[in-house]
Amino acid sequence: MDVTEEGYLTNSAQWTKEIALEIAREEGITLTDKHFQVLEYLRDQNSKGTTLTIRGVGKSGITDIKGLYELFPGGPLKKSSRIAGIPKPTSCV
Amino acid sequence: MVEKIDHPVKKVAIIVAKGSIEDVYAGLIMANGAVMEGIEVKLFFTFFGLDAITKKRQNKLKTATVGNPAMRMPGGLPFPTLLGMLPGVEAGVSAMMKQQMLALDVPPVDEFLDMIVAGGGEIYACKLAFDMFKLKREDLSDHVIDVITVGRFYELAAGEGSQIIFT
Repeated sequence: MDVTEEGYLTNSAQWTKEIALEIAREEGITLTDKHFQVLEYLRDQNSKGTTLTIRGVGKSGITDIKGLYELFPGGPLKKSSRIAGIPKPTSCV
Repeated sequence: MVEKIDHPVKKVAIIVAKGSIEDVYAGLIMANGAVMEGIEVKLFFTFFGLDAITKKRQNKLKTATVGNPAMRMPGGLPFPTLLGMLPGVEAGVSAMMKQQMLALDVPPVDEFLDMIVAGGGEIYACKLAFDMFKLKREDLSDHVIDVITVGRFYELAAGEGSQIIFT
């Protein structure tokens, strides 16, 4: 498994649900179906080349922004991106 | 590159004292960025910064087209101050700035405050400026937790790994 120094997968194609569960465990997060819906959304948007923002996730229909913070405490976009096997987010919002 | 962080920022207390688009958004972006990093945030609005948490004004902020030497025309040419004086120019430039920020997913002020509060950020108004501008509690947006004194602000800002930022 190839990862950056900060633990982001360098090849998102290597991602599996088992890897997600493992990274999430490191972050102290137990993944639920809701988490996986967010992860799938992030992976989908990332594959389209969209710049990810928490506002974007909040408008996805999966969860609102408060819900996103509850799912990934202390790092709504960074932690979710790492668990989703996509690059570290580059947006400031 | 990964930097080794021995003393991470754990809390930021951000003061917004001016009411132009760029001054308010600087504070909001810093605050939102902090909650996204898991940093505790207290936002303190004072003087003209109070416009950002005043319901009637918060989504009508403007940027100065007069007396703003950094102002440029689209394309980069200097923006003549005389042009900035014409009726409607300030409103037009301000609308354009907001539109360009929205394209980057930077929302209107009320929605931005929603985002910061959703992440656990806390919003306060300065009592002195609140009294001076003769505001009433109902004039302020629902995001505001309390109208507080400077002394109370310093109490809220206290703690190891805490930083005070004046925008």
